[in-house]
Amino acid sequence: MAEREQKRKPQPQRQDDEAVEDAPATSEKGEKIKAELDDLLDEIDSVLEESAEEFVRSYVQKGGQ
Amino acid sequence: MPGPGDRFDPVAIRKVCGVETEYGIVLRGGGESNPIAASSMLINAYVSSLRQRVSWDFEDESPGNDARGFSVDGAMPPEVETHLVNAVLTNGARYYVDHAHPELSTPECADAREVVVWDKAAERVLIASMEAAQPLLPAGQEILVHKNNSDGKGNSYGCHENYLMDRAVPFGRIVHGIMPFFVTRQLFAGAGKVGCEAPGTPSSEVPFQLSQRADFFEEEVGLETTLKRPIVNTRDEPHCDAQKYRRLHVIVGDANLSEIATYLKVGTTALVLAMIEDDELPRDLSLAAPVQALRKVSWDTTLAQPLELADGTTMTALDMQWQYLDYAKKYAEARGLEAVGEEVGADVLRRWEQVLSGLETDVMSLAGQLDWVAKYRLFEGYRARDGIGWDDTRFRALDLQYHDLRPDRSLHERLRMERLVGDDEVTAAMTEPPTTTRAYFRGKCLQKWASAIVAANWDSLVFDVGGDPLRRVPMMEPLRGTAAHVDALLEQCASPAELLEQLGA
Repeated sequence: MAEREQKRKPQPQRQDDEAVEDAPATSEKGEKIKAELDDLLDEIDSVLEESAEEFVRSYVQKGGQ
Repeated sequence: MPGPGDRFDPVAIRKVCGVETEYGIVLRGGGESNPIAASSMLINAYVSSLRQRVSWDFEDESPGNDARGFSVDGAMPPEVETHLVNAVLTNGARYYVDHAHPELSTPECADAREVVVWDKAAERVLIASMEAAQPLLPAGQEILVHKNNSDGKGNSYGCHENYLMDRAVPFGRIVHGIMPFFVTRQLFAGAGKVGCEAPGTPSSEVPFQLSQRADFFEEEVGLETTLKRPIVNTRDEPHCDAQKYRRLHVIVGDANLSEIATYLKVGTTALVLAMIEDDELPRDLSLAAPVQALRKVSWDTTLAQPLELADGTTMTALDMQWQYLDYAKKYAEARGLEAVGEEVGADVLRRWEQVLSGLETDVMSLAGQLDWVAKYRLFEGYRARDGIGWDDTRFRALDLQYHDLRPDRSLHERLRMERLVGDDEVTAAMTEPPTTTRAYFRGKCLQKWASAIVAANWDSLVFDVGGDPLRRVPMMEPLRGTAAHVDALLEQCASPAELLEQLGA
């Protein structure tokens, strides 16, 4: 696979190279994606365990296989 | 002299496969947690709700047998605990308490797609178990079940895969061929994890990694499963004709919630094992230091770190996967995909390529298909919105809640990832066995005559037809006892006694 061109951007952060050409700073598509993610975060906020600290602290398992 | 375009008769046998998952369990509001009691209660509640109960028959279990050719009596082999709750379900699955976790082993499946169906059905069984157990608990108590592999406190539990192989294949060839594949398949099979638990490496250095399990593996090859875990496990307990078959027992994988991830994990592994069986891996891809490489791949979210091969060259994990895919495509051309199912095999190849392309060009595009990417995207969203750092406890809580099986709490459910199989077929699979393996015979006999079946295990059923001694029906061939083989027989037999007579047992 030596011939395979390595288009290696720092992954997995999204690097919108195209965004440089778009004005204003965030493209319309980028806005939409961000809005969808924000909606998702709002939804998830509503089902999150009340106390993250408490839950994480109390979550202990016995070792298995 | 055969030429490059010639088709060879495949010798690889059908990759009958299955997955056994140890689930995390918490009894909330119950003070001091006894996970064995909670697990027992959970399983008993489910089984009682079905009003059918057949116990497991341990007589032929021999987990101390090592595939490298010896029996380990003194070196702490895995224990078979005979006093814990153990049930066989009418879909051919085994549901039991193992090492303080509820564990469910899917029935034997003929291909990766069937594994996805019965693995999702297993989740539904655990959810139904929580619902059945709830009214039996004192007020204020609740049982929580997680499909994950790590508690963030040094403890790990497994999601094991099993693959049927030809006994004639030398174990050394399996190790050479599969080791680099196990190290690198985390790229799509990893479930993601916040923080790091490898000795000497703090979470500040590795705030997020691809795999739940990588930190817990310390050896390349070995029999252990609970400590000094080996990437390639040598347990040699075929549960079928040991002269003809090997069951490769794989402990290195993560439990996946994404159907696509489970499909690829099992489908690609079955394919690589078929290639190993047919000796169709032309290049030795052995890594110089597989255990180190396993962690390196897991800890590298850039997917760019080169790995050192034993031959002195280097390759990224992604390039290694491209290499395996390339061999697999050539193998499909030369030998066909009968060993993994022609249709499913072709679909797995297609998706494998699609996922590797995604990993190469835009990892986030795979957030709907891969568990670790889905998690990463979610966490990045929180980091951006709330300006919190990786050390914020909320990430550990999110990491756990992704795997919470309660439908109203599961973060995985909220993400609405790509589906492979339908809800109706998953529901059916909670009680119906695959039609394609001996699980069919087991499941159907349990449906019809549970009260006459005293005990069951993978390779036999034990009947009590009254008056006679107990009668054992051997099931030593994983591909016999399918619907095609036994449907007519089961239809015409009005009683288990009649069945036994017909079978000449």
